Amino acid sequence: MSYVQNTAEQQAAMLASIGVDCIEALFAPIPSELRLKRLLDIPAAMSEIELTRHMTALASRNRNASDSVCFLGGGAYDHFIPAVVDAICSRSEYYTAYTPYQAEASQGSLQAFFEFQTLICQLTGMEVANASLYEGGTSVTEAVLMAAGVTGRHGRVIVAESVHPDYRSTLKTYLANLEPKVTEVPTPEGFANPDDIRKVLDDQTSCVVLQHPNFFGCLEEVEEVAKLCHAVGALLVVSFDPISLGILKKPGDYGADIAVAEGQGLGNPLNYGGPYLGLLACREAYVRKIPGRVVGQTTDRLGRRTYALTLQTREQHIRREKATSNICTNQGLMALKAAVHLTALGPSGLRETAHLCLNKAHYAVAQIETMTDMRRRFNRPFFKEFTLQSSVPVHSLLEHARDDGYLAGLALARWYEGLEDCFSVTVTEKRTRSEIDGLARSLQSAVRHGVRAVMA
Amino acid sequence: MVPGNLRYTKTHEWALLEGDVVTVGITKFAADQLTDITYIELPSVGKKTIAGSACGNIETVKAVSDLYSPVGGEVCAVNSGLTADAAPLTADPYGTGWLFKLRVTGNAADALSGLLTPGAYQNQLESEGH
Amino acid sequence: MEKNQSTALIFELSRSGRRCARLPVSDVPDAVVTIPQRFMADAPPALPELGELDVVRHFVNLSTKNMSIDTNFYPLGSCTMKYNPKRHERLAALAGLADVHPLQDDETCQGILGLLYEMQSYLAEIAGLHGVSLQPAAGAQGELTALLVASAYFKDKGQKRTRVLIPDSAHGTNPASAAIAGFDAVQIKSQGGYVDLEDLKAKLDDRTAVFMITNPNTLGLFEKQIATITKLVHEAGGLVYLDGANMNAILGITRPGDFGADMMHYNVHKTFTGPHGAGGPGSGPIAVRDMLIPYLPSPLVVRQGDRYTLDEDRPQSIGRVRSFFGNVGILIRGYCYIRTLGPSGLREVSDQAVLNANYLLSRLKDQFEVPQGDRCMHEFVASCRTLRREKNISAMEIAKRLLDFGYHAPTVYFPLVVPEALMIEPTETENKETLDAFADTLIKIKGEDAAFLKEAPHTLSRSRPDEVKAAKEPILRWKPA
Ligand SMILES: Cc1ncc(COP(=O)(O)O)c(C=O)c1O
Repeated sequence: MSYVQNTAEQQAAMLASIGVDCIEALFAPIPSELRLKRLLDIPAAMSEIELTRHMTALASRNRNASDSVCFLGGGAYDHFIPAVVDAICSRSEYYTAYTPYQAEASQGSLQAFFEFQTLICQLTGMEVANASLYEGGTSVTEAVLMAAGVTGRHGRVIVAESVHPDYRSTLKTYLANLEPKVTEVPTPEGFANPDDIRKVLDDQTSCVVLQHPNFFGCLEEVEEVAKLCHAVGALLVVSFDPISLGILKKPGDYGADIAVAEGQGLGNPLNYGGPYLGLLACREAYVRKIPGRVVGQTTDRLGRRTYALTLQTREQHIRREKATSNICTNQGLMALKAAVHLTALGPSGLRETAHLCLNKAHYAVAQIETMTDMRRRFNRPFFKEFTLQSSVPVHSLLEHARDDGYLAGLALARWYEGLEDCFSVTVTEKRTRSEIDGLARSLQSAVRHGVRAVMA
Repeated sequence: MVPGNLRYTKTHEWALLEGDVVTVGITKFAADQLTDITYIELPSVGKKTIAGSACGNIETVKAVSDLYSPVGGEVCAVNSGLTADAAPLTADPYGTGWLFKLRVTGNAADALSGLLTPGAYQNQLESEGH
Repeated sequence: MEKNQSTALIFELSRSGRRCARLPVSDVPDAVVTIPQRFMADAPPALPELGELDVVRHFVNLSTKNMSIDTNFYPLGSCTMKYNPKRHERLAALAGLADVHPLQDDETCQGILGLLYEMQSYLAEIAGLHGVSLQPAAGAQGELTALLVASAYFKDKGQKRTRVLIPDSAHGTNPASAAIAGFDAVQIKSQGGYVDLEDLKAKLDDRTAVFMITNPNTLGLFEKQIATITKLVHEAGGLVYLDGANMNAILGITRPGDFGADMMHYNVHKTFTGPHGAGGPGSGPIAVRDMLIPYLPSPLVVRQGDRYTLDEDRPQSIGRVRSFFGNVGILIRGYCYIRTLGPSGLREVSDQAVLNANYLLSRLKDQFEVPQGDRCMHEFVASCRTLRREKNISAMEIAKRLLDFGYHAPTVYFPLVVPEALMIEPTETENKETLDAFADTLIKIKGEDAAFLKEAPHTLSRSRPDEVKAAKEPILRWKPA
């Protein structure tokens, strides 16, 4: 295929205007010994028909949330995406625009991002939100870097082990050569015990990071930890689940200072991990330390309400090595999807979605506990995700369920020592009672056949 | 001409010693470069500064200028009114537009000896073509 | 025709009781033991309440206030705003790709893993390097990732190297990434559009970890001293990083690995045409030389026989730089692009991108000052310095006035080394008619009255925003009256 439009005659005319006789002459500045003297060793071009066949074949080799019943979570969720989200966000004017540097020619995206920022503030009860970060892990990391900037403390960062393992790993990678050091608080009971946090919290601590609901699905004692933090001048950073805020208390209301999230569940498909959406909201006082782009409202020459990127002196293109972050390209389209999704849901839709998740997840636990000898591993309140302890090897259990058409859960062994016999299950509003019953039956038969599977 | 009673830095701050307290501001030249100040960040009272190190900044829409502490000391006062209204900074940079005051660490008279004299600063401006 | 609905905020359109999305009635019993009261909100968040038609009308009307590639010529330098093929959108949305959960077992997603494995190998080949990580979410994160890889590499060799050298013409993300990676960013001067070799030599020593270079550089010039530069850096024991934002000029023509780069990032959303989405998403894979492979982030996709797996067992790896695998949706689009163009097609991209840029330059070089001469690679930087001095017309005014004629503005005031810069990148997908019309318009604008230009744009739904006011008293969200 080719997207080049100029005809041979046009190319000849262009070369004449430039004053060279062939395109090759334009590459004269590249020393010939540095030139590649062969074609690239990549496969030959395909037409659209061939590509479609090829991609369809590749796609058919992947199980997915459309051909299987998906109970997987762990930071990426099979929530329903209303058709309006895709219809609006596939408008060329949105998805083929660049960053809105020219405000006058970008009022559409700028206003939509201003609305996004407002929606995230309404959702979280915080005062300021940025126009997106990459995803959940870098959002936690940016929040931690920001907390050091806000507090002027470059000592300790306390992170609960119940925070998503990928987020913790990302944070440690970023901090490799920086001053702050991570102290991880173990969470053997499925949540960070405030007493354990108190023991390590000191006046050099910039922040405590919790995820609520956490990686096991359990709720954290966020309010109590917020008080502990504030007593020593540290900030509380919370990674939240946007959908949970249909029923759970808002971060701004329980004392979080920086609220971050993976926003994938707001209108973005699973996409094998990305592109997703990093959310970051905070208190007004920290606005000049916030990472990434921010849209502000102002007026134009004629006094009309107008939107523009603002507070840009924080950013890399102006402050370079002293910038609050190195982020440039963000996740604008995903932020737009989230804005449309939240608008489509409205307060009732968000609450109902959250209630469906809550009720179906609790129904699922009840069914599984009735039909099998499996039990919840942690005795903590949970929202839409829960951790089960299995009497048979988790791997064969999940494989069995897979053969029955269920992506049944995530084995926790790869992340947590001591949880080798555990897996987590997520139930979103999309799952039906009969799908949940089917999962319970599948797990029941797996447990019954478990012994055989192990011996085989 | 620049005021004769002050000392200067290469980065366009001025310093005035009274007792063991040094008042710091930016020069008229520097202030004239700043059109439409949007934000001023001053060090907080009690902060210890090191001579020549950044301790605050002045922002316009598309640029940030760092503020450097001319001498080492402990910040004992800041002109906090400027954060709400930056006008004095450009209108009266040597007077009501002062930025912060430092209590000098060590010998106060020595502290200023490393700074430019009015003549030397004037020469710098001229050699930079201003 | 200015529609009211299209500028009211969704919050202002909200009426209590209106709804768009409807959820199913619950088919399970209400949870009996639910959640302790201390965790529960009294009421759901005060989101706006709109009917479906108003949601659609609002956002569709808003969209019409944007310029985009599909509607306008978008010669935004350094951003490679080429056409985004529609077939990529359709294919990336296949359920077998879009609905795959990132934590599925490798067994259940062999199709995606195979695609990603292939993508790793294509990007290695195009780079002339050996190992690829697809994890970084954008170019800036690619830079940071590679610098962390370099840091781990030197640590392993027992060397304490603390500095990253960066030309003054570099993009702001270069020094910002260096700082997060824990290095001191040291600026290297430019001389006539190229790296000032004397300044480089003076600053190069055993403290140098990495020299970051953009090549072709941000002036649209191929760094002709590149072989000398990479030799000097390597002799000092440092590594060379290539900022690959400008790969569109050299696909299949010269390879970073062949000219001495040890690591680089791609901007898949530029070179391999991922739609920009008004700010993102991007994808910023990095390619590295073989000795750096052990330090790449985990996981990498590896092939064992005819099976693909995610390899997490890489003890020297720097770790992760984000959750899950990467911006796969964008990588899929890049993959489709590479597969539909093939080796000759990619080569043609660069040929034609460079032809288009040089043609536009030939049309404009006598009308605008182009300090770096009359040839370029895929983009060039004109300066309005003289225009500003003589007629009081700045680059900003030209940019704003272009909008009136339906052209997106070029990149302005970057790179910082050119005063009053207009950075113009037409890309290969534009035709001669468009380039000619654009050149004619620029020339016409230049002849317009300065006072008139100061107030441009005149015909868009908004004129210039008061940026001072926006920054002084930031209003970052809507509040109820
Ligand atoms: C030269 C250059 N380097 C780096 C970047 C950063 O890439 P990204 O925006 O994908 O993070 C850009 C993009 O704007 C660029 O133009």
